[in-house]
Amino acid sequence: MKVLMFGWEFPPHILGGLGTASYGLTKGLSRQDDMEITFCIPKPWGDEDQSFLKIIGMNSVPIVWRDVQWDYVNNRVGGYMNPQLYYDLRDHIYADFGYMNTNDLGCLEFSGRYPDNLQEEINNYSIVAGVVARQQQFDIIHSHDWLTYPAGIHAKQVSGKPLILHVHATDFDRSRGNVNPSVYAIEKNGMDHADHIMCVSELTRQTVIHKYFQDPHKVSTVHNAVSPLSKEIQDIIPQKNIKEKLVTFLGRITMQKGPEYFVEAAALVLKRTRNIRFVMAGNGDMMVPMIRLVAERGIADRFHFPGFMKGKQVYEVLKASDVYIMPSVSEPFGISPLEAMQCCVPTIISKQSGCAEILDKCIKLDYWDIHAMADAIYSICTNPSLYEFLKVEGKKEVDSITWDKVGLKIRDIYEQVIGNYR
Amino acid sequence: MKTICLYFEIHQIIHLKRYRFFNIGTDHYYYDDYENEKTITEVAERSYIPALQTLIKMAKDNNKYFKVALSVSGVALEQLEVHAPSVISLLQELSSTGCCEFLAEPYSHGLSSLANEKCFREELNRMKKKIKQMFGQIPKVCRNSSLIYSDEIGSVVADMGFKGMLTEGAKHILGWKSPHYLYHCSMNPNLKLLLRDFKLSDDISLRFSNSEWNEYPLFASTYIDWIASLPQEEQVINIFMELCALGISQPLSSNILEFLKAIPVEAKAKGITFSTPTEICTKLKSVGQIDVPYPMSWVDEERDVSSWLGNIMQREAFNKLYSVAERVLLCQDRRIKQDWDYLQASNNFRFMTTKNCSCGIDRGIYDSPYDAFTNYMNILGDFINRVNSLYPADIDNEELNSLLTTIKNQGEELSALNMEIDKLHDKLVKAEKKSIVIDSDKDSSRKVSTNKTTNSKKKKSVK
Repeated sequence: MKVLMFGWEFPPHILGGLGTASYGLTKGLSRQDDMEITFCIPKPWGDEDQSFLKIIGMNSVPIVWRDVQWDYVNNRVGGYMNPQLYYDLRDHIYADFGYMNTNDLGCLEFSGRYPDNLQEEINNYSIVAGVVARQQQFDIIHSHDWLTYPAGIHAKQVSGKPLILHVHATDFDRSRGNVNPSVYAIEKNGMDHADHIMCVSELTRQTVIHKYFQDPHKVSTVHNAVSPLSKEIQDIIPQKNIKEKLVTFLGRITMQKGPEYFVEAAALVLKRTRNIRFVMAGNGDMMVPMIRLVAERGIADRFHFPGFMKGKQVYEVLKASDVYIMPSVSEPFGISPLEAMQCCVPTIISKQSGCAEILDKCIKLDYWDIHAMADAIYSICTNPSLYEFLKVEGKKEVDSITWDKVGLKIRDIYEQVIGNYR
Repeated sequence: MKTICLYFEIHQIIHLKRYRFFNIGTDHYYYDDYENEKTITEVAERSYIPALQTLIKMAKDNNKYFKVALSVSGVALEQLEVHAPSVISLLQELSSTGCCEFLAEPYSHGLSSLANEKCFREELNRMKKKIKQMFGQIPKVCRNSSLIYSDEIGSVVADMGFKGMLTEGAKHILGWKSPHYLYHCSMNPNLKLLLRDFKLSDDISLRFSNSEWNEYPLFASTYIDWIASLPQEEQVINIFMELCALGISQPLSSNILEFLKAIPVEAKAKGITFSTPTEICTKLKSVGQIDVPYPMSWVDEERDVSSWLGNIMQREAFNKLYSVAERVLLCQDRRIKQDWDYLQASNNFRFMTTKNCSCGIDRGIYDSPYDAFTNYMNILGDFINRVNSLYPADIDNEELNSLLTTIKNQGEELSALNMEIDKLHDKLVKAEKKSIVIDSDKDSSRKVSTNKTTNSKKKKSVK
């Protein structure tokens, strides 16, 4: 089976959970022998792992015919793509895009991030997708997140193949309810055109059904999973302070993640005990207000903001922690608690997180219940048996959640959709 | 001749309230009064009262033919006294029919039998006293909380003078043996064991109203036929369950009480009698011993103690709780003693189980085992602080005990001495009174006597 996937991020250059999920998912799917995946991203860097799928950089797909030499093309895009593909794609330009701002290869430039002119990039991405869909051979289209929905629709219309959307988040999660109408329009339009919609949690599925008015039969839940830790990360020796306990929050410091509840809970805990430290790692628009709040509560000596962490640093912090907490107000899935559990860290998550649906060996509470949160933190830090239980059983539980199983589930949905199509 | 031993357990937990760690040291009241009142009145109305009325009626109608055994945990009795005294009067009425035997069980419905022998003995004795005081019977047969039994527990119970004990007819213990005989404890042959027939018991308490069950609807005649068709030699049929099975687990609308009422009539027709545990223990001979090296119970498919002590959280809570057992026994503080009873109740540990049950378990106010553990440990933290503040922590228990005995002995000695002083004082007062009376009698001859004394004094001074 051949799948054409549209995505926005792919490791190692990632900005959020979407990239990690895309990687795990494709890797899990590729374990099936007959699965061929072509993954389109706006801007490849050349160091992506292409051993199990083929990556097409949208910034190297021509939409305007340019007469260029093989060597020149090879020089420009050879790092991540076979120059022959460039010529094949060039044969499928479908309209005159001469008015557009293209480069020397006749391609559009992409930032591959989330810039201010995101709408324009989404539109360009969809234009390019038309070329890709005309050239590539595939059985099904799979679009990840709203940025690529227009591209998915375009590809469907060009090829007549079924379209599957993968909802990693909706705008209701990102904005705590104050949706951006233009984003909503794109999402709604995509869902209306889709033949099937996969959601990362039942929570998201309900949002899709009730807020986007979709037929429940065409919406299913496919929970995310985690990739096993690499050797390098497993070998990190935890730097633990015996006298002090460390409670960690890791993620973008934005409204969606509920950082203020964490600060309030920390203040309650620190009223009682002094041997616990709190860390809020990450970056975001709520960081300054949070620093202010911490100062206001008078706990700045025990509450730290180390800033944005990446790669190995994340795991170093996790391994040094005694408690991991994710008090998200609304989290479509939330892969980070699973990573914390992989590092043997007892985890507290909000019931409003999608991952709460598949996790049992962790503490689940309402994000607004700061008393329960404080109590849970205190309990893990003072009762060795609870710490030990969550550490050992949590690790066991998370190790059984694999992308291979997710891959099989997605495969079933593919077969069904293709079977029912036309 | 076959005989049925019917036994009902009455126990309701005292619910703990939501107790955050910042309450430790400031709030010493641990209970959810609203929840307690609500549950106990609900259970009383929906189950205990109608069930007991039925039992009383059965006892009266069948004229001593029907017999039943009951046990009430001390904790439940306390709650019933406060919130549903009518249940107590029904129990007393049932007791006065002479067809009901009361058994002893640990006062708190806790796991002290697994932790602390002294504590276990104390609880059983207290329960015995309470039963005597309320129902005028002295229990001769014992049942442990949730029918927990092991050889060691058996030997303690035998040592306390009980004739018999009820426990589970667990498959892994019995093997090929049948629960329909009387057995005895392997460590003390004087203690007889009555084993529950879980199939026949669960037919009533679990399956009665289940319309998907292939025996549904179950009639008393069928049920008695099952018992009558057992082999001739199998004589004791032990049917044990919670009293709230009648009304709560099996709703009254399933006509379970009508079923129950019909049982003695049907049994009489087939020549099957009813007996209380004590009667069985005295009349029948044991057919052999039962070896139970590890504790068993009537709970869950495993029939062991894993639903209370299965994971490390439960074991930590259990060990922490019983680490202060000796101190609590030594102290005289009534509130601490009361909290001790309520905190021991095994239900508190049950809430923390992480076992996968086919049926969802009722966790009370808690969402998850971790929540239950956290709340319990917070309360325990406060309780242990209170116990430790009674006596300095650096004195070990034995020393403390001897000190307390010395103090107690000295106190007794002092009071004895005081009494003696009082006695002497009384005597003195009496003697003085007497002397006054004598003086007034001799008043007439006073002058003479005084003269005499003055004379003698003068004589002395001359000398």
